Amino acid sequence: MTEKVGVYVCHCGSNIAGQVDVEDLANWAGEELEGVVVARDYKFMCSSLGQELIEEDIKNEGLTRVVVGACSPHLHEKTFRRACSNAGLNPYLCQMASLREQVSWVTTDKDLANTKARALISGAVHRVQHQEELEATEVPVSPNTLVVGAGIAGIQASLELADAGYQVYLVEREPSIGGHMAQFDKTFPTLDCAACILTPRMSDVGQHPNINLLSYSEVEEVSGYVGNFHVRLRKKSRYIKEEDCTGCGICIEKCPKKVLDDVFEAGMGYRKAVYRPFPQAVPKFPVIDTENCIYFERGTCKACEKFCPTDAIDFEQQDTFLDLDVGNIILATGYDLFDTRKIPQYGYGRLANVFTSLEFERLCNASGPTDGKILLRDGVTQPQSVAIIHCVGSRDIRFNSHCSAICCMSALKFGHLVMEKTGAEVYSFYIDMRPNQKGYEEFYDRLLQEGMHFIRGRVAEVTDAVRQPGEEGKLIVQAEDTLIGMQRRIPVDMVILMSGLESRADARDVALKFGIACSMSGWFTERHPKLDPVATMTDGIFIAGTCQGPKDIPASVAQGAAASARVQSMITSGMVEIEPIVATIHEEKCSGCRICNNLCPFNAIDFNEEKMVSVINQALCKGCGTCVAACPAQAITGAHFSNEQIFSEIEGLLFDVVSGSGLKAAEPAKDSVPA
Amino acid sequence: MRYGYYPGCSLGSTAAPYDVSTKAIAKPLGLELEEIHDWNCCGATEYFSIQKTAAYALVARNLALAADQDGLTQLAAPCSACYLNLRKTDHYMGKYPKIGERTNEALAAGGLSYQPGSLEVRHLIDIVVNDVGLEAIAEKVTNPLKGLRLAPYYGCLIVRPTLGDESFDDPEYPTHLDGLLDALGATVVDFPLKAHCCGGHMTQISADTAYELIRRLLQNAADYEADAIVTICPMCQLNLDAYQSQVNGHFGTSFNLPVLYFTQMIGLALGMQPKELGIGKEIVSASKVLKKIGADTEEAEAKPQRKKRDDQSLPMPKV
Amino acid sequence: MTVAHSRNDFQSEVIAKTPGGEALLTCLQCGTCGGSCPSGPDMDHSPRKIFAMIEAGMKEEVLQSNTPWYCVSCYYCMVRCPKEIPITDIMYTLKNMAVKAKYYDSSDAPDFSESFIGFIEKYGRSFELGLATRYHLTHKPLSKFSYGPFALGMLMKNRVSLRPERIENIDQLRAILDKAKSLEVV
Repeated sequence: MTEKVGVYVCHCGSNIAGQVDVEDLANWAGEELEGVVVARDYKFMCSSLGQELIEEDIKNEGLTRVVVGACSPHLHEKTFRRACSNAGLNPYLCQMASLREQVSWVTTDKDLANTKARALISGAVHRVQHQEELEATEVPVSPNTLVVGAGIAGIQASLELADAGYQVYLVEREPSIGGHMAQFDKTFPTLDCAACILTPRMSDVGQHPNINLLSYSEVEEVSGYVGNFHVRLRKKSRYIKEEDCTGCGICIEKCPKKVLDDVFEAGMGYRKAVYRPFPQAVPKFPVIDTENCIYFERGTCKACEKFCPTDAIDFEQQDTFLDLDVGNIILATGYDLFDTRKIPQYGYGRLANVFTSLEFERLCNASGPTDGKILLRDGVTQPQSVAIIHCVGSRDIRFNSHCSAICCMSALKFGHLVMEKTGAEVYSFYIDMRPNQKGYEEFYDRLLQEGMHFIRGRVAEVTDAVRQPGEEGKLIVQAEDTLIGMQRRIPVDMVILMSGLESRADARDVALKFGIACSMSGWFTERHPKLDPVATMTDGIFIAGTCQGPKDIPASVAQGAAASARVQSMITSGMVEIEPIVATIHEEKCSGCRICNNLCPFNAIDFNEEKMVSVINQALCKGCGTCVAACPAQAITGAHFSNEQIFSEIEGLLFDVVSGSGLKAAEPAKDSVPA
Repeated sequence: MRYGYYPGCSLGSTAAPYDVSTKAIAKPLGLELEEIHDWNCCGATEYFSIQKTAAYALVARNLALAADQDGLTQLAAPCSACYLNLRKTDHYMGKYPKIGERTNEALAAGGLSYQPGSLEVRHLIDIVVNDVGLEAIAEKVTNPLKGLRLAPYYGCLIVRPTLGDESFDDPEYPTHLDGLLDALGATVVDFPLKAHCCGGHMTQISADTAYELIRRLLQNAADYEADAIVTICPMCQLNLDAYQSQVNGHFGTSFNLPVLYFTQMIGLALGMQPKELGIGKEIVSASKVLKKIGADTEEAEAKPQRKKRDDQSLPMPKV
Repeated sequence: MTVAHSRNDFQSEVIAKTPGGEALLTCLQCGTCGGSCPSGPDMDHSPRKIFAMIEAGMKEEVLQSNTPWYCVSCYYCMVRCPKEIPITDIMYTLKNMAVKAKYYDSSDAPDFSESFIGFIEKYGRSFELGLATRYHLTHKPLSKFSYGPFALGMLMKNRVSLRPERIENIDQLRAILDKAKSLEVV
């Protein structure tokens, strides 16, 4: 049967029409290409009127196939398929030719553009006539959700889902939830106490009937597909029986082993071998750090066990595993800080009174190592002058090219806290001031009024080498004051380095485990940087918070809420459509060689031991075609990408070779088509 | 191991003691140093200031001669400026094809050519510390420099710039010379300005600027109670040593810090006589300082400090 | 793919003559170079300011300033620059351009370099005594008496060669240098 093809060439304003002669192209298609009964050009095919053109023609001209020469399918394939569908034509009988991203946007040579445009339209027209009707399948969506990471973004996402009535599994690898925000003292620009605004949320999480909090746990394995993920979790042993522990804390009190706390206290303070990360920890259960516990080292002590009133210590406890079925996953795994030892001229680690931003937060925090007093490394003296250095490890192509978004505001916050608590002089050394959200510029103005010094100049070095009188016993910060045009040396007592934000050290491994993409710097990749910041290219997996890129708390909260909203829409619809562009193994042709099994990038091929044939899980299959090409027995067909379709497209692309000089490509012999 | 030896102009005159002491310690350390036949001046920082192409060609002639000399693959330079010029020319000829082409075109006019990367250009101290090794050197020490507080001074051009990914030592906080002096038994004075600039040729351009740079270094070493400064570059040695009295005159200071070469210190530790090592030619005499070798110092037995009970200090980060 | 584009002819020239110079286009004016420079306080304009002036096309002012001549080649700026701008190499380029534009005909610093080069081209090696004599006698000789003790000390310790050394193949070197000069990018 001959098909009736409709060809529509879009101008896309001047995007395509500026390079390609769209009128001529449509005419040529109508006259020269076999099967084309209607050929039009139109200014904006994606507009309602453009779509109606297609719909009208299908109804009135009886079109059986549609070709649209326009932008990339990424943008409007869905639009044109829907238009066909509205008019009663199966959406998979529509084919797009990308005349914009593959023609007008990649060359300024009009001849080349027009030739290629013809080739692409011809290819599409040839191909579409071999396309077949396909029906999308639907799979159910589990209403459970896995949230990985219980910082503020993860907490927000979990609470919103739980409040909506859905079950949430909240996994956190530290002993307590709270993330970095729990380490801060105050938050900008309101100077709200971080713990005061965070702990109510933490408490809600701990008590919510719909949130299954799995703290001190990690995800081991993830498999499955949108709506149907299987997750294996490892619950690390605390060596404490949660059913018996009352959280009284006597074990912590009696533990004789002091350990440097380089996680929560950022190396500024100590904890015990059995510990809670901070007083308001959720859950309340302590954990035994086996690397530093005397019992695990030498077999002696056991003070915690002796004193525990409810006999909750269990040195024999083992890690346990939990298998979960969830419909969607939200990753909110947070960030790490730049290692300032990479910039030796700032003196970190060598000069006693050089601190990182996180260390300084701990100094300010009332439950920190100095009870909230801002003191020098000697733990006794108050600084009388403090320098704050911006952009440490950020905006520097040798380390991280990006701007870390929050350091300018944090620096203002620190300035205020220092002046309030100590009355010291504060000097900020910056390249640019970036207070760009609601209330931020006003906060900058406030600090200007409060008398903070601002010197525009990236610090060259921090030194204790005295050059002139007045510098003895001080840390000297040397920079060019670029606004005056003069090199300056400012002697101070304390230096705070605004360390840049980086992706977590294991971000790439996590991305691999969940099957999502991440950038070269380790930030998880969003589906679209402008219009889809919380989804990923992997259906059913969402991201929220700083794991997607540096941002402040309001933005993290917004993303947590956004991710939860997306998940809720999936859950309420109950079903998710699986694209029918998948591969199928023809059992009778399969020899059971299993070559395809390990080639599948989506782990979608299983082996049926009984029948000794491979089977494709079509919900996981993305239709990439790798197995189709690899199968030595040609036992696999890829829907929407059959050999026939591909070869005819090639023939179409070679229109000027095939039709020009009377040459015609030989028909491939049907049985000897190579895999 | 066999090395091409590029002494540089100053080792024949102002830095003769460096050349003498290098040759003196070469045998005991097992270093075969073969002087490049008919080498020419590297141009220091002067030639590049006037004409770049000719400057690269000037340096490249040495590279071409060395690469052609009996299969040499390693080229040792004791002077930091020569070292930088040689390795920078080699690196740029490889990294920037136009520079490579032009330079070879110029060399061709003299019947020479050089394939970038044919030689590995090394500073003398790099060879001593990494090829001979600190353990091997420590074993040969018969006269440990105990009692001597030495300030290791690197200067700029040995650690900066970092070309490509490899760098001989950290450009801000190098430690190779510290390690060497420690292996020789001396007390190493870790003064913060150890990789700061001595001023180079500024003594001739603007004496005020240069004297201030020199003064800072001397002051810092003196603040840290160094007995002597140990250098790895003839320009640094000249500036800190020969201009010390000028600096004193200009600022009214009274520095009296002898400035010696690391090769001289190695020689002393190996039991050689000062005269064999060119010691005695420094303007600020080292004789008083040398008497300290072997003497007991007050801090010889430093008792490990126990943390006081009421010590509230915060822990330092690990480096 | 970003296409690099200079903002004025002077900037284009500086970039063309400096390997890796395109990085100059991305200068943030952060001031790390000016902050690190040991001789910065004695310069007419800090390195950072020079780059701003290049950006503004101020060729005369840049080439007439003493900034490149006060550069001590310590390379601190270059290792610390967050955009990896080859600053020291740019200073050499500016020196070349200043000499060519004859902005430094009778000034000290280029003369020192030119004298130094003169000896290399004659002998193949540098000759400090000759250099010092020629240079100091022609540049404010009366102010140079303060160098007296220094000079005497050096002579007494036999650290000054009294006669220049000449390499064997000086003709070969001259041929190479002449060819190189003819290839210099104009």
